[in-house]
Amino acid sequence: MTLTPNQLDPLDNPRMREVIDSTISEFGDQNGALMVILNHLQERIGFITKPMQAYVAEKLNVPVSKVHGVVSFYSFFTTEPRGKHLVKFCIGTACYVGGASQLIDKAKQVLGIEPGQTTSDGLITLEVCRCVGACSQAPVVVIDEVNHGRVRPSQFARILTEVQKSEVAP
Amino acid sequence: MAYYRSTVLVSMDPVCIDKGALDVKEQLIKELAKHNLSEEVQVLDIPRVGDPETEGPDFLVYPEGSHYIQLTPATVGPIVMEHFIKGRELQQYKAQMRDVTDEELGEPKDKEIRIILENIGKIDPRNIEDYIAVDGYQALAKVLGEMTPEAVIQTILDSKLRGRGGAGFPTGMKWKFARQAPDTPKYMVCNADEGDPGAFMNRKVLEGDPHSVLEGMTIGAYAVGANQGYIYCRAEYPIAVSTLNIAIKQAREYGLLGKDILGSGFDFDIEVRMGAGAFVCGEETALLASIEGNRGEPRVRPPFPASKGLWGKPTNINNVETYANVPKIILRGLEWYTSMGSEKSKGTKTFALAGDVANTGLIEVPLGTTLREIIYDIGGGIKEGKAFKAVQTGGPMGGCLPASNLDLPVDYETLGAAGSIMGSGGMIVMDEDTCMVDIARFFMEFTQDESCGKCVPCRVGTRRILEILERICAGKGVPEDIPLLRQLCSEIIQDSLCGLGQGAPNPVISTMKHFMDEYEAHIYEKRCPAKVCRSLITFDILPEKCTGCTVCARNCPVSAITGERKQTHVINTEICIRCGICKQVCNFDAVVIK
Ligand SMILES: Cc1cc2nc3c(=O)[nH]c(=O)nc-3n(C[C@H](O)[C@H](O)[C@H](O)COP(=O)(O)O)c2cc1C
Ligand code: SF4
Ligand code: FES
Repeated sequence: MTLTPNQLDPLDNPRMREVIDSTISEFGDQNGALMVILNHLQERIGFITKPMQAYVAEKLNVPVSKVHGVVSFYSFFTTEPRGKHLVKFCIGTACYVGGASQLIDKAKQVLGIEPGQTTSDGLITLEVCRCVGACSQAPVVVIDEVNHGRVRPSQFARILTEVQKSEVAP
Repeated sequence: MAYYRSTVLVSMDPVCIDKGALDVKEQLIKELAKHNLSEEVQVLDIPRVGDPETEGPDFLVYPEGSHYIQLTPATVGPIVMEHFIKGRELQQYKAQMRDVTDEELGEPKDKEIRIILENIGKIDPRNIEDYIAVDGYQALAKVLGEMTPEAVIQTILDSKLRGRGGAGFPTGMKWKFARQAPDTPKYMVCNADEGDPGAFMNRKVLEGDPHSVLEGMTIGAYAVGANQGYIYCRAEYPIAVSTLNIAIKQAREYGLLGKDILGSGFDFDIEVRMGAGAFVCGEETALLASIEGNRGEPRVRPPFPASKGLWGKPTNINNVETYANVPKIILRGLEWYTSMGSEKSKGTKTFALAGDVANTGLIEVPLGTTLREIIYDIGGGIKEGKAFKAVQTGGPMGGCLPASNLDLPVDYETLGAAGSIMGSGGMIVMDEDTCMVDIARFFMEFTQDESCGKCVPCRVGTRRILEILERICAGKGVPEDIPLLRQLCSEIIQDSLCGLGQGAPNPVISTMKHFMDEYEAHIYEKRCPAKVCRSLITFDILPEKCTGCTVCARNCPVSAITGERKQTHVINTEICIRCGICKQVCNFDAVVIK
């Protein structure tokens, strides 16, 4: 349910606002609620903007600085929307030894962006991550939560094109 | 304390009720009363056991694990007679074990002993009755029915079980400290953060046999005196999280978690909490801070979690695999358990074999098995007939061991003395084409990135080491870099607060110790012996081998290769970024590194 970059803040979108409110009321009473809520917001909304952080702080009655501190500490939390599809390269040890950097070179060539960036059409975001626990299939690329193992640079361009094409077809 | 010898769990699925489950239950109660078994055998309703469509009405007898299916009031009499009076299962009404296969885990090889991985791929992790059928939750029944908390702790102490999360601290000792802590409430925490890149043993256990972890935690909670547990699982493992949540729900339905477990008066429940992509949260004090909803920064120990942990209360924290050992020890006994392993390290250990070894995947061996046995006898040796160079154990805080160490037995002390650590079980095998300076650089990049930044030596020191290693890999290293690296390493070890900083220099120290020749080749000769470091190599195409198939040109990410179809291709070294893709895709071995 990720937003594209030019949309309003999720707080100003009634449907998103409802998701945010229900997430806070669902988990707000737990011990250590802040992490649980942020994890769910990241999953349900796709990112956690500054205004959202302030909103959570207010609802949980904690300082904004604390929420901001937690969001910035963990690499899973992002403050900006990602592209519609997320392509993550595992650069854990097994994948590094298995040739992950060549796949990244290939993706740069095909998409013209670096890890951490999103294509200008908002379709694909490239990211790197550390070990997704599928090391025996190194190198691993995670595309929208699905692990692709033993990816060769020569196949990889095709995989990326398939992701792009899946958008054109209804 | 009411204690039932057995519990019959009757499925109350609407489909089963339609097919007469209520009559079956009524008949069951009558038959048990008739044989004076009402005090010994308890009858409970649960939402579902097997598949209601094909197996209902059905019930499961716990702890025996017998699943009787397609029942009618008429079949209940013979089952009670045979099962409870004569003590044998009535095969004709029993469900057959389902066959579930697992691709990531092959058949056990010679020299392997599978205890932790035993059930994986054999039982359906989303069906508690599968686990019960393989003696699951029997250890818990034994503990709650027959053992005092002190006796449980003594058993774990005598088993010499040591923490499988890396440091190898005796588990029984940890439980004893938590039990002795005067403050309440107490908490039981499971470390399922498995952050070491190259390790996935815990994931496999959580996804394939989640109840073994829940059972071990519950036994530990009883021993320690805790009533609430948390499993902290890394966010990269969504399937493990959902499998765990299903397992917890089912265990609650079966009365194996929650209030008054098995009528013993003992309450314990478990919640899963997710991490959010910070490696340092595997460190126990950082993990607890994260569960509390804070930044996952480690804090000084003591106080240890056993006296001041979650929300300042006594907390026991163990790794996934540590807990999974517990039910087996209780059920099969000390003699069996301590017959495996080496003098100081008993039992087995799982490893994730990865890298340039022929058979990658999960294995489980008795502690004390040698590296050679693991890599050659089980792992099948090095891929593509290449030569072994090093094996990396212990993750980013571990070290690289050379061929001369291959006959070392794998246990906590020996690996530690050799300059590596056991760690959680990642084992990455590297062949002759691996540059050890580049590997050291890789690990330093990792720790530098994952340092929480609280301590200056860890934050700044790892960055300085990384800069030096990058410089050496780029062919700009100077002789003074070696003593400088040594000095930085010892400063970081001395002045860092947590295990991340204290262990961060290990990959550098161990590669300098065993592979100094490679450092020297980079520094003095501006040469990368393994032909990996991009600044020190060039790619070339051998005209006599090139067929002009164009595959390299099409795959080059920077279009550095030119040539007509069926003509020899040429690499423009000015444009070439030395990624090596051309070498990988060429079917004729025409691309060479110089
Ligand atoms: C940087 C760092 C990362 C760690 N990561 C893990 C981990 O992923 N899993 C784990 O079980 N222990 C990890 N540990 C060890 C824990 O701090 C702790 O020793 C362990 O959870 C204790 O459980 P055990 O006694 O059962 O091994 C890590 C330690 C450090 C310093
Ligand atoms: S040693 Fe490093 S990771 Fe550990 S507390 Fe200090 S700065 Fe953080
Ligand atoms: S290192 Fe990539 S999946 Fe483990």
